[in-house]
Amino acid sequence: MNHPYAIDVHGLSKSFGNKRAVNHLSLQVAEGEIYGFLGPNGSGKTTSIRMLCGLLTPDEGSGTCLGYDVRRQSGEIKKQAGYMTQRFSFYEDLSIRENLDFVARLYAMPDRKRVVERSMAELGLAHRANQLAGTLSGGWKQRLALAACMLHRPRLLLLDEPTAGVDPKARRDFWDEIHRLAGQGISVLVSTHYMDEAARCHRLAYIAYGDLLAAGTPEELIAQSGLTSFAVQDDDPALAARLRQLPGVEQVVAMGSMYSVSGQDGLLIARGLAGFAGLRFEQVDTGLEQVFIRLMDRVQEAAP
Amino acid sequence: MRLPLTLHRLWAIVLKEFVQMRRDRITFAMMVGIPLMQLVLFGFAINTDPKRLPTVVFDADHSAFSRSFVASLDNSGYFDILPPPDSVVAAREAMAIGDIQFIVSIPPDFSRAVVRGERPALLLEADASDPSATGNALAALANLNQSALQHDLKGPLVKLNGGSPPFEVRVQRNYNPEGITQYNIVPGLMGTILTMTMIMMTGMAMTRELERGTLENLLAFPVHPLEVMIGKILPYIIVGYIQVTVILTAAHVLFHVPIAGSLPMLLACVLVFLAANLTVGMMFSTIARSQLQAMQMTFFFFLPSMLLSGFMFPFRGMPHWAQVIGEGLPLTHFLRIVRGIMLKGNGWAETWPNVWPLLVFMAVVLTIGFKRYRRTLD
Ligand SMILES: Nc1ncnc2c1ncn2[C@@H]1O[C@H](COP(=O)(O)OP(=O)(O)O)[C@@H](O)[C@H]1O
Ligand SMILES: [Mg+2]
Repeated sequence: MNHPYAIDVHGLSKSFGNKRAVNHLSLQVAEGEIYGFLGPNGSGKTTSIRMLCGLLTPDEGSGTCLGYDVRRQSGEIKKQAGYMTQRFSFYEDLSIRENLDFVARLYAMPDRKRVVERSMAELGLAHRANQLAGTLSGGWKQRLALAACMLHRPRLLLLDEPTAGVDPKARRDFWDEIHRLAGQGISVLVSTHYMDEAARCHRLAYIAYGDLLAAGTPEELIAQSGLTSFAVQDDDPALAARLRQLPGVEQVVAMGSMYSVSGQDGLLIARGLAGFAGLRFEQVDTGLEQVFIRLMDRVQEAAP
Repeated sequence: MRLPLTLHRLWAIVLKEFVQMRRDRITFAMMVGIPLMQLVLFGFAINTDPKRLPTVVFDADHSAFSRSFVASLDNSGYFDILPPPDSVVAAREAMAIGDIQFIVSIPPDFSRAVVRGERPALLLEADASDPSATGNALAALANLNQSALQHDLKGPLVKLNGGSPPFEVRVQRNYNPEGITQYNIVPGLMGTILTMTMIMMTGMAMTRELERGTLENLLAFPVHPLEVMIGKILPYIIVGYIQVTVILTAAHVLFHVPIAGSLPMLLACVLVFLAANLTVGMMFSTIARSQLQAMQMTFFFFLPSMLLSGFMFPFRGMPHWAQVIGEGLPLTHFLRIVRGIMLKGNGWAETWPNVWPLLVFMAVVLTIGFKRYRRTLD
């Protein structure tokens, strides 16, 4: 490929009224890379993705998608990228087959009928082909939307929370599919709230209230956070409050029969935990969740 | 986003709209049902040949002649002679509220004037606010002055018989001097029904995408605004023709409205009119933010179309400013076209002056709609 990046944008900003939804976002997504886009609700993920595919005009900034200018060549971008909206936006009064057929016609797919049938078969929609989209459950709607945005074999997929409301098995299948596509050189930008999904991305960006707070591989982000975590084998409900009081402890999360405790200063926390008589604990790997919660907490502390 | 138009994308939109239209059975049924229902309702009013209309006679003459005249009114079947109120003024009040349709005044020296061959005049005041109600009665009246006194004018008076009528009936039409004829209403109805349904349907076409959230997807596809706009208009042209067929067939079968001119020419003009209205709807849907707003804008456009096009009131009777507005409305020109072709048998030469304004209108509105079309979600 003559262009190393599928997405290469700098300083994109977008405001609605006087509210800044995205603030100087710069993003580089390599060809064949799965790029995770994380951040709390309302932080500007959807707005960013819409700017990338030409649905919103950036107030500031510039860049390219698949080598095409995001401001001036959105027509070309639309032809070669597939965008899956956060909210289901296919026609509820059309059947699955009719929706896919509509999309295939718009892209002038050769051999349209076969493409549609194969796409339905691949995503397990074949037996519901004639069901109206409006009568599908959430998970099936997501599958339909995914099938539709991949129908024209795009080079770039922009997926906005594609697995919201999808059961774990289907989510796993979905991610296997994403990795298979990435293996073929397709680039993927995917927003998500699930940590297990974040962990399956090649790279991640974390955005909060319009600002990009961190970007890198999952390992880099964990290392950058400087967090040390401990698993405490106890499920006494009263313990949580006491753990939070310990010096150096930033996060305490109850998880079934144990607590996960983490903070910047591992030694300090270990000493504090040792102070509890008979408490069993061990150091564990820090998860992405702790990293992101720390990022969030820092933003909220910084806010006036 | 400058893409060349392609047929396959246009066709994709057309097919999609058709399937959606088919799914929306109630709307579809309404589009066919409304014209039929309106036509039957209006037709009932225009086609009935109302008889025995309430009539009062003020006979100041009290002669054999005046009694013969009243008897002939009665015999014609159109007039129901009621006992008169105390005064003509009271009778006029009764007419104002619709209790009395006709007031006949016979002057005191009526029979003497007839005998002298002075051809005196009777006054007949008619409530013509609904001309279709009084039209036939007045037509029947036209012959009465010839025949009413036929049997009374004997012997020496026989010379008054046969030549010019022995007396005159002066008709004073109250409330609606122009008197719209019944055939005018069917062409008018066709125009108003098409205006209403075409604008409303396309008006909701884009706003429906916005309201249901499908617009985001539609905009993310590489489809040209004109492909979407035309693709959404085409299916409704067929719907429009279904409506026209229903109306023309019903008008012909039920009410014997003639088509004096060429039917193919009429249908060709219908196409232009349909397209003009559909572009209005399309333009509205690029402005409205909800289907409700699109509906309100439809009525906003529909009312002046009804009132100022010559459908409700005779165009020539309107004040100048209203005529100026009326000239800008497609329905005005369509009414002239349809009345011309159906009733007068007009050809292309007489029709064209009202066709090109429709084409100009359409071009202007389509341009506005195209300019306003949402290409992004901004
Ligand atoms: N069309 C719009 N008009 C006004 N405000 C908007 C619009 N779209 C998004 N916003 C605002 O911009 C911010 C970012 O929204 P969004 O991009 O949807 O966030 P996310 O996808 O991360 O949840 C939110 O505060 C949202 O309310
Ligand atoms: Mg979002």
